[in-house]
Amino acid sequence: MSALLEIQHVTKRFGGLCAISDCSVAVETGHTHGIIGPNGAGKTTLFNLITGIYKPTEGAIRFRGESIAGLRPGRIALKGIGRTFQNIRLCKELTVLDNVRIAFDSQLHYAPIEALIRLPRSGRGEQRSIDESLRLLEPFGLLAHAHDRAGDLPYGHQRKLEIARALALKPSALLLDEPAAGLNTGETAALTEFLRWVRGEFDVTLVLIEHHMHLVMNLCDRITVLDFGQTIADGTPEEIRANPRVIEAYLGGADDE
Amino acid sequence: MKPFLAAAAIARWPLPVLIAAGFAFTVAAQYLPILNGYTQFVLITVGINIILCASLNLVNGYMGEFSVGHAGFMSLGAYSAAIFTTKWLPATPAAFLPAVLFGGAVAAVIGFFLALLSFKTRGDYLAIITLAFLMIVKSTWENLPYVGGPRGITTAPLTTLPWVFAAVVATIWIIRNLVYSKFGRAVIAIREDEIAANAMGVRVREAKILAFVVSSFFGGVAGALSAHATFFINPGQFDILKSTEILVMVYLGGIGSLAGSILGATIFTFLSQALQPLGYWRLVILPLILVLLMLFRPRGIMGLRELPWFLPRRELLIKRELYKKP
Repeated sequence: MSALLEIQHVTKRFGGLCAISDCSVAVETGHTHGIIGPNGAGKTTLFNLITGIYKPTEGAIRFRGESIAGLRPGRIALKGIGRTFQNIRLCKELTVLDNVRIAFDSQLHYAPIEALIRLPRSGRGEQRSIDESLRLLEPFGLLAHAHDRAGDLPYGHQRKLEIARALALKPSALLLDEPAAGLNTGETAALTEFLRWVRGEFDVTLVLIEHHMHLVMNLCDRITVLDFGQTIADGTPEEIRANPRVIEAYLGGADDE
Repeated sequence: MKPFLAAAAIARWPLPVLIAAGFAFTVAAQYLPILNGYTQFVLITVGINIILCASLNLVNGYMGEFSVGHAGFMSLGAYSAAIFTTKWLPATPAAFLPAVLFGGAVAAVIGFFLALLSFKTRGDYLAIITLAFLMIVKSTWENLPYVGGPRGITTAPLTTLPWVFAAVVATIWIIRNLVYSKFGRAVIAIREDEIAANAMGVRVREAKILAFVVSSFFGGVAGALSAHATFFINPGQFDILKSTEILVMVYLGGIGSLAGSILGATIFTFLSQALQPLGYWRLVILPLILVLLMLFRPRGIMGLRELPWFLPRRELLIKRELYKKP
């Protein structure tokens, strides 16, 4: 099995601060990969490097064997990397449906002039975008809210919408930044099942940053542990659980958060 | 579901009828003594202002950037079209449509390069760049003897009410088509959250440039119409004050709304005609309106809302939840 996403010796410095230092992660196709580590370990920075919001100071990032380091974020998204954000970033003024349509639009191929004077191809494209976006909303339980302002949705629904929107890109890798943040134990268990379903239904490789150990240990095939921007451990959940450096740096007494 | 769909479709029949009736009225006004010259001039100004307001709304409202250079595009369109009708072709009505399209095209080409340049920077910088652009355009005409320098050139009064009416309908239709396409959604997504838009695969630069080019094109069209509505143009007509007037219209009517653009331009034009007797005090009152608007109703009258008639049929069905579920 080949690696879908490879982060090779990546370093990111912000002035004097080294947020990520010589970090390497390999995400296998079809795996669910967990990124854990204490606050400030550089997990979100790593996501921002992968998705092109930051450019790595050193090192290479490969997606399906192709170098993506330094590409613009939009290009990287179109190559098949979808993501969600730690603090939800929806287009709050737009409807739920339009949020999904914006991501789906990358699959519509009509030229500006066709849109401006409404040539048939743009109409067919719009029709498809509505149909497919509504179809996508249904399994997320958002169909009934399709016409609500995204900003008016309850928190849990906003999280689901963000995932649905990322999936509208038809990504092969989906990066989830703390999907269980703010959820209670029961909701986290439901999210675990939900992500399992997403993984199967959309045939997508999941990479997730998460603090809820139950979710990470239950869902992930492989886990990378970061601390102070460095990889301190990498392995299966069992290996990570038993790794003394991880226990010291992160799990400590909070094994069962 | 079916009858509702039919009902929604039927509910839109007045729209083409009204447009046809409006056009017929403007044509009739050419030959029958319905409207006096002054009223016709005011209505032409309303139409030109609607085009200016709707096109600037694309950049300042839908896209959420802040351009103050719209009078510059108007100026480019006005001068290009005037050169076309006074120097290159006889000033006949037949030359008018090509002249107007030429004016729009020149503005669009310059708009394209300005967009390339300015979107390397972000936020407030666009305001500064468009301001600089406005001053460059103005001083270019002032120093060009070919177009009469600061004194300007005399134009033929070719702009008639039917032309303006047709131009307004075309502008609103095309801008509506853009706004309710994937490009329009991209532009709105950029306004809402540029980082999220990027993560959703929105081609940010492409969408921004397209919106800016379409906006400058119609700015140029409005300029071409305005140049031929009066007997002369000079560089001073298209200064920062003109840009400010367009900004007031946009923020008065409402950002991100075509109905708002029409409303804003109409209210503004009649208000500014009514304030004529105040002379220079008008120049105090108009910016004051802008300040008060920003303070108390920053999104304008229609801000981010739209009247059903300005939505494409498909979008209207979705909004009314009449859309047939897949």
